[in-house]
Amino acid sequence: MFSGHLLSILIWLPIVGGFAVLAVGNDNPSTARWASLLVSVATLAASVPLFTRFDPHTAAMQFVERSAWIPSVNAHFALGIDGIAMPLILLTTFTTVLVVIAGWGSVQKRVAQYFGAFLILEGAMIGVFCALDALLFYVFWEVMLIPMFIIIGVWGGPRRVYATIKFFLYTFLGSLLMLVALIYLHLKSGSYDLAAFQRLPLSLTEQTMIFLAFFAAFAVKVPMWPVHTWLPDAHVEAPTGGSVILAAIMLKMGGYGFLRLSLPITPDASRELAWLIIALSLIAVVYIGFVALAQKDMKKLIAYSSIAHMGFVTLGAFVGYKILASTGSQTGIAMALDGSVVQMISHGLISGALFLCVGVMYDRVHSREIDAYGGVVNTMPIFASFMVLFALANAGLPGTSGFVGEFLVILASFKGNVWYAFFAAVTLILGAAYTLWLVKRVIFGPVANEKVAAMKDLDGREFLVLGVLAIAVLFVGLWPAPLLEAMHASTQHLTQQLLVSKIGP
Amino acid sequence: MNAFSVAAFTSGLNLATPEIFLALAGCAILLLDLLIGDSRRHWTAALSIAALLVTAVLAGGVEVNGPVTALGGMFLVDAMSQALKIVALVIVAVAFVYSVEYMRHRGILKGEYFVLGLFATLGILVLISAASLVTVYLGLELLSLCLYAMVAFDRDSGRSAESAIKYFVLGSLASGTLLYGMSIIYGVTGSLDLGSIAAAVQGGLATNIGLLFGIAFVIVAIGFKFGAVPFHMWIPDVYEGSPTCVTLFVGSAPKIAAFALAMRLLVDGLGGAQVDWGQMLVVLSVLSMAIGNVVAIAQTNLKRMLGYSTISHVGYILLGILAGTSQGYQSAMFYTITYVIVAAGSFGMILLLSRHGFEADRIEDFKGLNARSPWFAGMMAIFMFSLAGLPPFIGFWAKLGVIQAVLGINAVWLAVVAVLFSVVGAYYYLRVVKMMYFDEPVDAARIDGSPLMRAVLSANALLVLLLGIAPGALFVVCAHALP
Repeated sequence: MFSGHLLSILIWLPIVGGFAVLAVGNDNPSTARWASLLVSVATLAASVPLFTRFDPHTAAMQFVERSAWIPSVNAHFALGIDGIAMPLILLTTFTTVLVVIAGWGSVQKRVAQYFGAFLILEGAMIGVFCALDALLFYVFWEVMLIPMFIIIGVWGGPRRVYATIKFFLYTFLGSLLMLVALIYLHLKSGSYDLAAFQRLPLSLTEQTMIFLAFFAAFAVKVPMWPVHTWLPDAHVEAPTGGSVILAAIMLKMGGYGFLRLSLPITPDASRELAWLIIALSLIAVVYIGFVALAQKDMKKLIAYSSIAHMGFVTLGAFVGYKILASTGSQTGIAMALDGSVVQMISHGLISGALFLCVGVMYDRVHSREIDAYGGVVNTMPIFASFMVLFALANAGLPGTSGFVGEFLVILASFKGNVWYAFFAAVTLILGAAYTLWLVKRVIFGPVANEKVAAMKDLDGREFLVLGVLAIAVLFVGLWPAPLLEAMHASTQHLTQQLLVSKIGP
Repeated sequence: MNAFSVAAFTSGLNLATPEIFLALAGCAILLLDLLIGDSRRHWTAALSIAALLVTAVLAGGVEVNGPVTALGGMFLVDAMSQALKIVALVIVAVAFVYSVEYMRHRGILKGEYFVLGLFATLGILVLISAASLVTVYLGLELLSLCLYAMVAFDRDSGRSAESAIKYFVLGSLASGTLLYGMSIIYGVTGSLDLGSIAAAVQGGLATNIGLLFGIAFVIVAIGFKFGAVPFHMWIPDVYEGSPTCVTLFVGSAPKIAAFALAMRLLVDGLGGAQVDWGQMLVVLSVLSMAIGNVVAIAQTNLKRMLGYSTISHVGYILLGILAGTSQGYQSAMFYTITYVIVAAGSFGMILLLSRHGFEADRIEDFKGLNARSPWFAGMMAIFMFSLAGLPPFIGFWAKLGVIQAVLGINAVWLAVVAVLFSVVGAYYYLRVVKMMYFDEPVDAARIDGSPLMRAVLSANALLVLLLGIAPGALFVVCAHALP
């Protein structure tokens, strides 16, 4: 009976549930925990049909819903997903459940508000991935900021206020410029329908301005060098759950925005400015990789590693233009886009897992400094195995999800320019260097101090969370076919879109 | 105008029923108040609120199909006037509800506040319905004189008196400027009637240097009444110095009057010279957004901060007006209405937190509000996020509208300036949210306030959220008012 409104349910269930959890109040932490677990699991369950009933043979939007919202500006409550959005929604519902379980015992302060904020955030993030109306997209895009602002500011570390305000203002600035572009497109096309925007002919100057406005929003979110500086601060200060959601889902918003808005709406400007994106992506991959090497704080190291890995997403999204320019053929473009999306999913799983690992250690020792650890394997052997697995995945070991996306993007980049591939491949060395060195210093060696000696291995809850993530990382790494199949029609379609010039007569 | 005839004068009196009723009710309440003892002063408040709501019903009941003039062409009723009147009346009623407790705690619960408020509201209604320069001035002065007295209302407070004097001196200067401008316009066009002035301007006077001179003076007055930079000096002082209940009054309904003033004079009367006043408003608008938002950051007093915030919001309202398109006017009206709703709620929160001997007007006084009352912290957060222009709150749609208006006239740079300063603005609203949620409470006093006030304040905040999720109805009202 609800089948026609599945996406609405996925958006509103966590939001309404989140408010219900808020209504439970901070005085009943145990009720709040169970209620939010219930809501998040129900949302995950409701999202499963998106995969099982998804038709991978079409690039058209599926599960479409459309109803009038604000008739006077011709905005609709229009939802739908394709093969790019679907995996990201599943990643969202999946990660939120893990975050709820991970926060079960470690959050003791204002419990209801903590979980309520995450659930509302989940609804807004799903909304971003399935909005087909630009205004709806923008509303969800901004709504995400509010719970995250509160999450970092209330449950974060010592410099949380600075970090959260920086996070908010940075992303707000980018988003507002995007809003100006969206309104401009609305005035040209007479509607807020994203599909109408994609069909709208635009001159190169217009496209360039719009592209830059989108770029301001998405580059900050990804984040790309040099507008990445909010990310290490936000990650370091955020509570574990906040870091996980931030890294696993919110950064994907930027990549998703490039694929959903920038490429199809401004294909000519994207072609003209592809060099810029590719250059910034490669700088992120190489330079930020070195920066990560120098970190003393575990969360900061993973944060920088995130920036480097997200460089692959943007590289994969834009390298297609260079492939066309140098080989004159379209083969390889879809591969780059596939790699870009797989990288998003994979990075969501791996970075989430790594932040959870840091959270596990932090709960025991209350330090994020690498120096405070050493020889954790002696006291926490099971945890150490997980940590090593995720570290190897982060370094791009074949057989893990981290390999698939990077491999596809590097392979495609070869067709564009050997040097792109060369610099991108540097990450295989750097990534291995900073993650394995981290593992060496934290996990291996003799027990560093009595605090480490007192660490207890994973409890059942932590084992469950990390175990599920480990399975997901290996699954995507060993058998990426279902994921690739689901998105293939959509990336093919996107390839066509980004090749067609929209410069009007 | 032909020879004065009684019939012509009285024929449209029924259109002015709301104003007539409010004037009579104000006089009656003034007299009744003499008979009521200090302990029962809340009856005056109740009667005043009832009078306002009845007037709102009457205003809604006047049937209009298109603009109708009455009283010898001095008075105009149209869809815009109806909508603005109802909003102004309801907002004043809400302001009265918020004020009672505060005044009781300070021993200043006097009937004069309500009577002055009623007459100020009458001034707003007259201004909204003005169809001639005389009516404009009449309404404006009735409003302003009542406001001066209200600011000085706490007569034992030196700061209150100081702000009142400042306000009075500067306000009189602005009124004088307005009169001067009006006299020039009268001299050039030969009419006091806004319709005739419009016809004269359309008929080739738009480039007349004398008319431009007159427009410049009118713009100064409008800028002053709105509180637009560089005529904003009175706003922070009056907002901070007045008793909070008066700040609430000054900061809400009179903005509707200022909007009506701009619409009546600039659009109805001088619409043909839009190119000229549009350019002047660009300057006021950009300066207001810049100075309002930047200076607000430095404030520690919440009332003063909201004062500078008002200045910045005026800049956004002017963006809609300067566009000179009906879509722009609609968006300015939308912005004004939403701003007034949100401002009333924000000052209402200060009133709610204040108690005997404690003003709650420093930003720090909101520290840890979430621990004291998660509900009202949530309400205040709604107001702050709405002022910052974040969806899904009503303030977002207001900003969207004005940005759309300036993009509609291809002024992309104005849109970019507007959004850049709204990022600056977000900072100080976030600071209030930060105090409420991230800091520990310094004062554990229970939040009291009458059940009525709590209910109305909550309804006020939830309206901001609900209209933010489904703003269609308000868009329709504005589109209907300014086709």
